[in-house]
Amino acid sequence: MDFGSDRVSRRDFLQSAATVAGAATLPAALAHAGSPASSSAGSPAAEALPTTVGVTLRVNGQLHELSVEPRLTLLDALREQLLLTGTKKGCDRGQCGACTVLVNGRRINSCLALAIMHTNDDIVTVEGLASADGTLHPMQAAFLKHDAFQCGYCTPGQLCSAVALVGEERGAPGGASDVKVPPSALSDDEIRERMSGNICRCGAYPNILAAVREVLEGA
Amino acid sequence: MHNFSYARPRDIEAALRLAAQPGSQFIAGGTNLVDLMKGGVQMPGRLIDITRVTGLARIHELPQGGLRIGALATNADTAAHSLVRERYPLLSQAILAGASPQLRNMATTGGNLLQRTRCPFFYDIGFRECNKRNPGTGCAALGGFNRNHAILGTSEECIAVNPSDMSVALVALEAVVQIRSLRGVRQVPVAEFQRLPGDTPQHDTILGPGEMITAVDLPGNSLARHSHYLKVRDRASYAFALVSVAAALELEAGGVVKDARVVVGGVAHKPWRVAEARALLVGHHLELRSLEAVADAAVRGAQPRQDNAFKIPLMKRAVVRALSEASQAGRTGT
Repeated sequence: MDFGSDRVSRRDFLQSAATVAGAATLPAALAHAGSPASSSAGSPAAEALPTTVGVTLRVNGQLHELSVEPRLTLLDALREQLLLTGTKKGCDRGQCGACTVLVNGRRINSCLALAIMHTNDDIVTVEGLASADGTLHPMQAAFLKHDAFQCGYCTPGQLCSAVALVGEERGAPGGASDVKVPPSALSDDEIRERMSGNICRCGAYPNILAAVREVLEGA
Repeated sequence: MHNFSYARPRDIEAALRLAAQPGSQFIAGGTNLVDLMKGGVQMPGRLIDITRVTGLARIHELPQGGLRIGALATNADTAAHSLVRERYPLLSQAILAGASPQLRNMATTGGNLLQRTRCPFFYDIGFRECNKRNPGTGCAALGGFNRNHAILGTSEECIAVNPSDMSVALVALEAVVQIRSLRGVRQVPVAEFQRLPGDTPQHDTILGPGEMITAVDLPGNSLARHSHYLKVRDRASYAFALVSVAAALELEAGGVVKDARVVVGGVAHKPWRVAEARALLVGHHLELRSLEAVADAAVRGAQPRQDNAFKIPLMKRAVVRALSEASQAGRTGT
């Protein structure tokens, strides 16, 4: 079974072996699966229990063909199927921002996104921020320079969020809280507001602010 | 999360046909629904992913003036849209006062209108009593910690509040929801789209089975320049409102009020219109006494519970301040 990836976990194999042949032939317009083969305990639907469905994830420029249950979040697909564990699971309920990734250039909470809904989207995780030759993204370099973390658990989400913020500040639609502020004139409060979807329990906020400010001013 | 089946229609007709089957539910941004599914609060048997349905994300001008915001337009795109910023800054402000940049990039117009209350007793299935989640079981919030709950329009069945900031501004702007089903189309003002709990708190809105929100229409009006969205919350950002106020004024050259709208969020099961604002303000110059009269009218009939009596004075002060800010809003060019 070829998943287009050189790492096929045992879990992938077990999940997909029973059902992927059927899933592959589903019409594109109606990509639900109806075989009762992989019913889950506690499911409310007595009939038409879903199985796995094919999804193509483009992560950091690389295509991955996966077979997933519809309920699999993008976060869990990244961490547990693609083994890209840089993206972190904090609250898993959209409240902390540790799972922030970029989808088609925009920052989102991957814990509230279903993987199946992002087929063919362009996804960038923290692993994709640095250049292929290992040169750090300017935001990563600024975080190092300003010691913008302590334990580091929120850092991948902070980095993805901050990278998106810089793009939004240049005029792309996104998460600006005060859309009237012109580029490169963001106050400290405005940067804090735009980073408010990322919680840091170590309280590294002053240094995160300094790092983001440096990149904004150097941009 | 429970398992479910999944469909991804490409056009509205296909989506509506799928929605006609019991147990089906639309999903777009998913920021509220996926969260509710993780908590076991909602367990749809089938999700209908409408994010690839074409034509629902547009924001465009209506022939008679006004603006149509597609159901799939993200909150981020709506808030940043040049025509929204120019003509309806109140809406931009309200959207940007809610959630986080990440969530606003996901959340859509239709989903925002349909988001569920954040009442902790509704959200935690460990509490058996919740008339909204399990009709007929009672309301744990009545005797529980209810600091964030409603003070207006409540019933003994439910004291939950609507969590949306966007909806508060939409009611002030007299926006209209465009609804489609296999039976046809209908239009419902946002003010009537969300409902009070009464004895059927399981229904947040008037949207029926098989119906889909396709857009929200903003009428052309002259309330853009003098408006303000004030949100009072426990922390400066990324928190639900304790009280919020959408205030919009139309002022004549001499400062006499020509029209006025005041809508309050965080205090009821739907955005709370202060209809008396018009009668109290129109035809007069704004002065503190008249603003305070609006504030008094706003809290008339309020019924606090053991932990939320503070919302009454807070709401009065917020109404005065929001109106005051709205009157100043056009003058400094901000």
